[in-house]
Amino acid sequence: MEFIKPGTRIPFTKYRHIAMILSTLVNVAVLALLFTKGPNLGVDFAGGTMVHLKFQQKVSIPEIRQALEKSALGDTVIQDFGEDGSNEFMIRLEKTSVQIGALGEDIRRGLSDQFGEGRFEVRRVESVGPKVGKDLRERGTWSVIAAMIVMGVYIWVRFGFSFGARFGLHFGLGAVIALIHDVLITVGALLVAQYEFDLTIVAALLTIVGFSVNDTVVICDRIRENMRKSRRERLESIINTSINETLSRTILTTGTALMVLTALFFLGGGVIRPFAFALLVGFSSGVYSTIFIASPVILLWERGKK
Amino acid sequence: MQRGVLVRLVIFSVLTLAAAFYLVPTFIGEVPSWWAGFLPTERIHLGLDLQGGSHLVLEVKVDKAVENSLERIKEDMRKLLREKAVPPSELERNQGNQIRLKVPAANGDRVRDLLKSEFPNLVLVSSRTDAGGREFLLALHERELRSLREDTVDQSLETIRNRIDQFGVSEPVIQRRGQQDILVQLPGVQDPERAKEIIGKTAILEFKLLDETHSLEEAVKSGPPPGAEILYGYAQKGEGGLGAERVPYLLDARTLMTGEYITDARVRPGSNLDGPYVELMLNSNGARLFERITAENVKRRLAIVLDNRVYSAPVIQERIGGGRASITGTFEMKEARDLAIVLRAGALRAPVEIVEERTVGPSLGRDSIRQGIISFIVGGSLVVLFMIAYYKGAGLVANAALIFNVLFLLAVLAGFKAVLTLPGIAGIVLTIGMAVDANVLINERIREELRGGKSPRSALEAGYERALPAILDSNITTFLSGLILFQFGTGPIKGFAVTLCVGIFTTVLTAVYLTRVYYDYRMAARRLTRISI
Repeated sequence: MEFIKPGTRIPFTKYRHIAMILSTLVNVAVLALLFTKGPNLGVDFAGGTMVHLKFQQKVSIPEIRQALEKSALGDTVIQDFGEDGSNEFMIRLEKTSVQIGALGEDIRRGLSDQFGEGRFEVRRVESVGPKVGKDLRERGTWSVIAAMIVMGVYIWVRFGFSFGARFGLHFGLGAVIALIHDVLITVGALLVAQYEFDLTIVAALLTIVGFSVNDTVVICDRIRENMRKSRRERLESIINTSINETLSRTILTTGTALMVLTALFFLGGGVIRPFAFALLVGFSSGVYSTIFIASPVILLWERGKK
Repeated sequence: MQRGVLVRLVIFSVLTLAAAFYLVPTFIGEVPSWWAGFLPTERIHLGLDLQGGSHLVLEVKVDKAVENSLERIKEDMRKLLREKAVPPSELERNQGNQIRLKVPAANGDRVRDLLKSEFPNLVLVSSRTDAGGREFLLALHERELRSLREDTVDQSLETIRNRIDQFGVSEPVIQRRGQQDILVQLPGVQDPERAKEIIGKTAILEFKLLDETHSLEEAVKSGPPPGAEILYGYAQKGEGGLGAERVPYLLDARTLMTGEYITDARVRPGSNLDGPYVELMLNSNGARLFERITAENVKRRLAIVLDNRVYSAPVIQERIGGGRASITGTFEMKEARDLAIVLRAGALRAPVEIVEERTVGPSLGRDSIRQGIISFIVGGSLVVLFMIAYYKGAGLVANAALIFNVLFLLAVLAGFKAVLTLPGIAGIVLTIGMAVDANVLINERIREELRGGKSPRSALEAGYERALPAILDSNITTFLSGLILFQFGTGPIKGFAVTLCVGIFTTVLTAVYLTRVYYDYRMAARRLTRISI
């Protein structure tokens, strides 16, 4: 079986201007969204408490709210969680368990009064103090930034050795710009889909950074090889040939990764779903950014020099 | 060539056998006794998010310990200066954790010498003389401060360990983390709320006399008179939480005795009317002290205060000797038992605060495992079927490598006692999806070389050789981001980083080297005339 017939020559680099304008617009929109609306932070980053409940009977959010009113828990957000009909809910509180003392007891008592003893189960409690939340937020942001820099430096050094320092630098920069693009697209998708940002999202973003750079590496590797083979050809044409030659691989690899991620998204359960979602978006974006961003960036820089 | 293939075949057979051995305990559960003697017995450890349990991070409020220590030094100082007939005119602990001492100017030099000889732990920050006398500012020595902080955290850790041991949790993790944090993990704990209560209680027990000379109503209305304080108890039985009626007590602020003399604490059933009570056994010093206190204060009421909550304030009927005291109160059996645990294990030198809690109930953990396995099977099957459809024979080879990959990955997790978490399972599923990348790179390359007119044999060799740099590069970059994630992550996330990084090693090992052994074997046997790809 073959998806991409040998000898296929799609003139990807031709579309680079449109792609760049489009990507810039989308990224600016994500940034605007990020700074105006702000991310929906989970307890890991915002601090506070999350209680995950499962009821044996059908209950509604207003009923839960009513049950909790007596406990004076402060601002509460109650959300449906998990599949339809599983009667699972998430209660989000600003306070942490330390601040309200025996938090679980209060909630449990309120719910027992309303729905009856033993009719529900506390499946998960996560509580993070404001100081820890701030610390995790900072470290999470920095780890994603650090990862992108590490990837850029790796490619710079890696291709710099065999290819000359200037090429190495441009490949590295192309890769970093593509990575920033992928991370922003993923963040934007999470914002739009209203998923909470928590530690697993940071894990997803780091994985995206590590995975997405693979495509760039493979294509750069091929560009390097083709440059050796045909020294007289124009860089644009070499880049285009390289993208086309590796296209099949790019699609297959991302395809198999997306297969398992789709399985995780639908079957892995509510806890892992945001993580799978982020990876699905980020990996797909990785294909686009390698073809339409990383390679043109290299071209742009090389043109600028000449 | 022939020998090279054989050597590699042997190496992989040994590796596979070893991996299988490491996984036996995980899959069959209890291993027979003859096995345990010389073969691996470790099963893959499940993280708290899969087996259920509580993950707590406690911050030890070390500054409170510093304050307490300064407070004690201040009282010692007051006593000493009085004894030496140079009483302070002012003596207090200020906000900056310094002791401010003022004495009449005439006594200044003598006091300075006394401070120097009797309080070597303090450093003189400043000293100045004005109309009111000589004023000294004293602070704890930097070295002293550091060791006090260290000791406080260490002591808290030991105390918490004691409490957890008595509470009964199997395989708890209790570790120091950073400057002043303690990490506590309680796998499989049934009642996390109760565990938290026990761990978090400061458990400072104090005996104080009731102030019966002033009016309680007056004190509640307009603040307690000097030297007295108001603390509260709870009236209703068993209700420590909200809604229970709070009862104020006016107490003499001096602490006559603390819980440091307790050698043991037991729950006694008590009569039906009073409910259970906690009996305390005191050491000989404590017994003497308690005897003296009760002898001096017969007919007065002695309040028993735990963490600033008054449990009871019985009238001292007579001198109590023998080193036994009891705390009666309004207990339920469970509450009395928890109280005995914390009193036995001792007080914390400083309060602790839970700054992070992650608790997962056992049923969610079971669901997560089930969902993880289902996604693994479905996702894996999709990849396997796709590889066969796309690459035929070479797809089968890649799939075989995939099975060995998962086998090795799990074996490494078991062998290195890594913890498998829910994100860790996701990491394994993801590894399957990403592992075939290496085979795709190789196979695409082989196809290209074949199209270029090379013989199967040289196409194969060129394919492996030319694909290798890209395979290594892409795995190194993923590995690097996995390392960063490992650095950053806690608990479950670390589990993901671990499976991701281990998965990269097993992927390169199986997808590149193991499949190569297969092809080389076939080439060596001269049976490779055509590649199904």
